[in-house]
Amino acid sequence: MSEPIALARITATPAAREAIRLLRAARGGPVMFVQSGGCCAGSTPMCFPVGEFLIGDIDVLLGEIDGCPFYIDKRLDQAWHQEQFLLDVAPGEPEDFSLPAGENLHFVTPSPTCVQL
Amino acid sequence: MKYVPPGLPGSIVSVEPRYENFIGGKWLAPTHGKYRLDLAPATAGPITEVADSTPEDVELALDAAHAAKDAWGEASATERAEVLNAIADAVEKNKDMLAVAESWENGKPVRETLAADIPLVVDHFRYFAAAARAEEGRSTEIEKDLVAYHFREPLGVVGQIIPFNFPLLMAAWKLAPALAAGNCSVIKPASPTPWSILKLMETIEDVLPPGVINVVTGPGAEIGKALAANPRIAKVSFTGETVTGRLIMQYAAQNLIPSTVELGGKSPNIFFNDVMAHDDEFLDKAIEGLVLYAFNKGEVCTCPSRALIQADIYDEFMARCLDRIASIKQGNPLDTDTQLGPQVSAQQIEKIASYVDIGRHEGAEVLIGGQRARVDGAEFADGYYFQPTVLKGENKMRVFQEEIFGPVLAVTTFTDDADALAIANDTLYGLGAGVWTRDGTRAYKMGRGIKAGRVWTNCYHQYPAGASFGGYKISGIGRENHLMMLDHYSQTKNLLVSYSTKPLGLF
Repeated sequence: MSEPIALARITATPAAREAIRLLRAARGGPVMFVQSGGCCAGSTPMCFPVGEFLIGDIDVLLGEIDGCPFYIDKRLDQAWHQEQFLLDVAPGEPEDFSLPAGENLHFVTPSPTCVQL
Repeated sequence: MKYVPPGLPGSIVSVEPRYENFIGGKWLAPTHGKYRLDLAPATAGPITEVADSTPEDVELALDAAHAAKDAWGEASATERAEVLNAIADAVEKNKDMLAVAESWENGKPVRETLAADIPLVVDHFRYFAAAARAEEGRSTEIEKDLVAYHFREPLGVVGQIIPFNFPLLMAAWKLAPALAAGNCSVIKPASPTPWSILKLMETIEDVLPPGVINVVTGPGAEIGKALAANPRIAKVSFTGETVTGRLIMQYAAQNLIPSTVELGGKSPNIFFNDVMAHDDEFLDKAIEGLVLYAFNKGEVCTCPSRALIQADIYDEFMARCLDRIASIKQGNPLDTDTQLGPQVSAQQIEKIASYVDIGRHEGAEVLIGGQRARVDGAEFADGYYFQPTVLKGENKMRVFQEEIFGPVLAVTTFTDDADALAIANDTLYGLGAGVWTRDGTRAYKMGRGIKAGRVWTNCYHQYPAGASFGGYKISGIGRENHLMMLDHYSQTKNLLVSYSTKPLGLF
C-alpha cells in the first residue's frame, strides 16, 4: 500500500496531520491530495475524499500521510524539480473544489526554503 | 478622483447586509440558512454576507433552469438577441456602479474596471447578440433530390464555474455565448468574489427571463461537484487550476457531456532588439507592454509573467522598464490614479511571497520589489498589497515555470530568434504570448511558432470580443470570446430529407 517512509517525498506538519485527523473523523474516511498548478489557486494542493480524483499513469505518488495519499502530475513534478514536499495549513478558505483544512483554513505546500522542517 | 467604498454614505454602490442566491428570477435564501462573509481585499474588512449554499441549492437552481430552458431555447434569435442587448444596455447604464463594486470586491484598480472589465462585459453581450442574429444553418444538396439540412440546437442547461480574477468579465465570457445559443445557465462564482455578480443580477433582473441565469454562491468543495457532476447539466465550463480542471473533465466523462476548461499559463513576452531602433511612441508602447505584467495585480491567466529580452538591448531596455515599474502607484483601488491594487486574498499574497523566496533561493536576482507593500491610508494597513516585483534568472527556475498569479515578473535574455522560440515554448502551458518587433516577417514567424492559443503581436492584454481565446498544451481545451463558442454551446441537428419518390430497391 503505502511506500516505505524512507522513500516518501511528502511530510506533514503537526497542524496538517491534525487537520487530516479531523477531516477523516468528520468524513468517516481518508482523503487524498493532488498538487495543483496553473490559474488562480494553482500551486496549492487540492484535497478530496479519497478516490474522488481519478489517478492516471501521469500521476506520481509522493507518499502517504496517515493513510492519505499525495500525488503530483509527472509533468509538474519534472518542471518543479522539488525533491521534498511539506504539507501544512494556512489561514483562509481553499479555492476551487478542494476540501478545507478546518474552519477558515486550507492546505498548502510551502516552499521548502520557507519552512523549518 | 476617489470613489466612496460600497455601502458607505455617498457611495454609488448600495450594499444590502446579506445577499441570497439568484434562482428563477428570485432571490432565494440558502436551504440551510447559512451565510459567509465577503471581504474587501483593500482593507480585509467585510463588505456583506452571501449565501453559503449546499447541494440542495444547486438542485433548486437546476429546477429553475430546466423550467426555463424550453421557452428560451425556442425563442427566436431575434428575441434572444434583444435580451442580450438589453443586458448590455443595463450594464452600460450602470457602468460606474458595477466598476466600483468589482474593484472593491476584487481589489483591482477602478481605472481598469472602468476602462476594461465593464466595457468588455457590454461588448461581449452585444457581440453574441449580433452573432446569434447572424447565425445561419447550412444545407447541402447531397444529390439532386436528397438534401442535408443542419440546424444548431441548444444543449439545454449548462453549468459554469468562474474564477476570482475577472468576476464579471468571466461571467460575461461564459454567459453571453451560452445564452446566445439558447441555453440556460447555473453559474457559480469563485469563493473570494461572489458579490459583484449578484450586483450584476440586480442590474439585469428586470430584462432577464426568469431561470435563464441562476447564480449560486458558496464553497467549491460543497457545491462545485454538485453542479459539475450533476446529470442534469448538458455541458460544463470551468476556469481555474489544473487539478480541478481534470476533475471537471472526469465528471463530464462520467456523464458523457462536453466540457471546456481554461487552466492558466506562464506566458512569455518577447522583446526583440529592433524595438529600440528608435526612441518613439512604439518603444514607449513596448515598455508599457512589459509592465503590463502588473495589470490586474498579475492575477491574470495570461499574465505576461516571463519577459524574454534580446541580450544586446537588455540593459538599456530593462532600465527604462524598471523606471516605469518604480513609478507604479499602489493604493486605494477606488482611486482612479491607482495602478496597482491589493491581491484578492490573504492566501494569494502568501503564495506570492513564497514564490519570491523560492526565486531568491534558486539564485534569481530581485531587480525591484520583492515584499509586501505598505500603502498610504490607515484603512489599508491590513490590505493584501505586494510590491511590483521583477526577478532576473533563467527559464529552468521554478519562478519561470509556475504561475505565481501576482505582480511578479521573471525576466531573462535570449540571443536570436531560435533561442527566443525555444525559451518561449519551454513551458507546460500555452495560453498567451507577446511578441514585440518592428519586423513583420519575424513577428509572423514567431507568432506561428509559439505554442499558445493567443499571441499578442505588438500589443498585450487586449480582450476584444471576436478574437478567440484559449489554451494550447495544459492550458486548457476549448475557446472563448469568439462566435465559434456558439458551436461549443450547441449541438447539430441534421435533417436528411429525400424529395424523391423512388424506393431504394433493397427490399
